[in-house]
Amino acid sequence: MLLQIKNLHASIQGKEILKGVNLEVNRGEVHAIMGPNGTGKSTLASVIAGRDIYEVTAGEVVFNSLNLLDMPVEQRAREGIFLGFQYPVEIPGVSISNFLRTALNDIRKYKGLEPMPATEFLAKMEEKKKLVEIHSKLTNRSVNEGFSGGEKKKNEIFQMAMLEPILSILDETDSGLDIDALRIVAGGVNSLRSEKNATIVITHYQRLLEYIVPDFVHVLYEGRIIKSGGKELALELEEKGYDWLKNGG
Amino acid sequence: MILSDITNFDQIFRENLKTIGRRDTEIVSEYRADALNHLLRLGLPTSSNERWRNTDISKALQTDYSIFFEDFQDQLKPEDYFTCEVAGLDTWLITLLNGWYTFKNSPLRILPSGTIIGSLSRAMVECPELVENHLGKAADNSENAFTAMNSAFATDGFFIYVPDGVEVTKTIQMVNVVSHTDPIFVQTRNLVILGKNSKLRLAHCDDSHNHNPGFTNSVTEIIMAENSNLDHYKLQNINDHSTLINNTYIHQEAGSKCTTNALSLHGGFIRNEIFVKLNGRESSVDVYGLYLMDKKQAVDNYVFIDHAAADCTSTEMFKGILDDYAHAVFNGHILVRKDSQRTIAYQSNRNILLTDKAQINSKPFLEIYADDVKCSHGATVGQLDTNAMFYLRSRGISEDNARLLLMYAFAAEIINKISIESLRDRLDDMVKKRLRGELSICDQCVLHCKTPDKPIEFEIDLSKV
Ligand SMILES: Nc1ncnc2c1ncn2[C@@H]1O[C@H](COP(=O)(O)OP(=O)(O)OP(=O)(O)O)[C@@H](O)[C@H]1O
Ligand SMILES: [Mg+2]
Repeated sequence: MLLQIKNLHASIQGKEILKGVNLEVNRGEVHAIMGPNGTGKSTLASVIAGRDIYEVTAGEVVFNSLNLLDMPVEQRAREGIFLGFQYPVEIPGVSISNFLRTALNDIRKYKGLEPMPATEFLAKMEEKKKLVEIHSKLTNRSVNEGFSGGEKKKNEIFQMAMLEPILSILDETDSGLDIDALRIVAGGVNSLRSEKNATIVITHYQRLLEYIVPDFVHVLYEGRIIKSGGKELALELEEKGYDWLKNGG
Repeated sequence: MILSDITNFDQIFRENLKTIGRRDTEIVSEYRADALNHLLRLGLPTSSNERWRNTDISKALQTDYSIFFEDFQDQLKPEDYFTCEVAGLDTWLITLLNGWYTFKNSPLRILPSGTIIGSLSRAMVECPELVENHLGKAADNSENAFTAMNSAFATDGFFIYVPDGVEVTKTIQMVNVVSHTDPIFVQTRNLVILGKNSKLRLAHCDDSHNHNPGFTNSVTEIIMAENSNLDHYKLQNINDHSTLINNTYIHQEAGSKCTTNALSLHGGFIRNEIFVKLNGRESSVDVYGLYLMDKKQAVDNYVFIDHAAADCTSTEMFKGILDDYAHAVFNGHILVRKDSQRTIAYQSNRNILLTDKAQINSKPFLEIYADDVKCSHGATVGQLDTNAMFYLRSRGISEDNARLLLMYAFAAEIINKISIESLRDRLDDMVKKRLRGELSICDQCVLHCKTPDKPIEFEIDLSKV
């Protein structure tokens, strides 16, 4: 098993957001997490990635036989966790290429590898830019600074392509994308799928799941996963909303 | 000599007048005597002085310094101190060692265009009328004790004259190195004259070469005629025991355009005072500054912009990163006189404090008597953005590198203002080194230094925050 979350409780400023989440993800799988606004989807993603503003009060997260909750943020990333942010952060003055080069080389250092030669790095950038059809000009700019909503989301997928993680958690990567961009982003995600890695997509819309077809769909509701099913669950949710699940589905 | 005892100055002046004023013309000699009177009247600043309220200079004033009124260093080989080469930057290099022009026996360099580059003491002999017409035109001895002291005692410094209509294509690099076996007090006086429609790029560096205390009290006057254009850079990289007072006076006539950018990378105590008088219509000045201080280092920037004519623009942007117990002061005074309509004046001072012991005092002071004025000012003090830190680290970047990236990004805004590409690259490199804690004082100025041991003694401690 790649990821196992057991009875995860997390709170922020004394307010409990996650109230016992259980989730298992195997290599090669795609999981979708859906649920109403404010139920803790982004919180779950952030806790897995290691954001320290959340306090984990109970439970465990095991990734690749490692206890994730003991690790600092960067080590989780180096072990293969990638979070596609719902709200990517603007970092004026840090160019995307400098940012990614630092990231790649820090990851390589962790794995005992030499820094990637500049030419190899540039070639990799070119290759991955094509994958997400990102404008060349964009990567010379500061990270996310002044990017449109859609450009920011594409940039997340571009980073994912560059870092080649084992588990990608994509938090509403589809929101704000036009139809063409949605297809490109989904195409990017699909082309990076393999037997070795896994993806968790957080979304409000069934439409994304037509492009990135999930093996499992989970409903997170008030800090708990209250229902899991196959891809047809997403269709049902689209039709009926969440109310019918309130009393335990 | 102990500087804090003001009566010392009177005595020393009288005892050494023959030496100090040996090249003075009558006018310059009167100027000196007048400056001494101002100094004695003003006394040296203490923290009860409004302009020195947040800065304590008393310790530096209590050190016992040697003062020399004659060049004492005939035996020194300048090549040992200025082994300079800037990749891709072709410069006219002029150098002062402990305040003395190092090629003192060579005449002033007069370029085919009529541009004069050399030492002030030499210029007093060879072109006295140029010196007399400009010395003291911008600097004000009546309000500033250190300027008055400099006017009374300084005997050498840089002299640059650019005739009307001449564009000096090479950058002129002025380097002042302080290096002496015991504490030394150095006063340098620089005079830069730009004729109408002339153009000049100037890099001004203050460095130490060893770890002995030094005190430099430097005054630079820059006189800019109509439509002249100046790009001015100051790089300050002196040791932790040294004090640098750098008073720059810029007088601008109509249509002139000046950019001045001060990068303070190391120093026990650095005080930069910049006085700009926008004296003619449609003149503009950009005053930028970046300071990266740690340990008990202190930097104090005082900027006074006098909008004395209509339709002028001034932009001030100062940024700083402070670690450990470092202390920074920023005072920005903008004066818009009654008839200076359509003035545009911007001012900003932004700071990152890496510890809760680091300290910044930032104070804008706007004095506006005209009614058609666009003016803005702002000061911020903050830590590194935690959202950005998380974002960077979530990509596998170490905490140290994430901090470096953010600190560098913060500093880059000022570095990017440097319009000379090769200089920008070099300073960019120095700032990165500084942030990594790898910059020693031997990475002097924009020069490469041959000194074998390069102690890495100064660093911003990345384990903090
Ligand atoms: N910094 C914070 N301080 C206080 N409450 C917070 C903070 N961050 C999140 N919350 C609260 O935690 C709850 C869960 O937020 P979260 O962002 O995880 O929801 P979500 O399921 O991702 O919602 P959406 O679908 O709108 O993205 C919300 O009620 C939110 O207001
Ligand atoms: Mg969310």
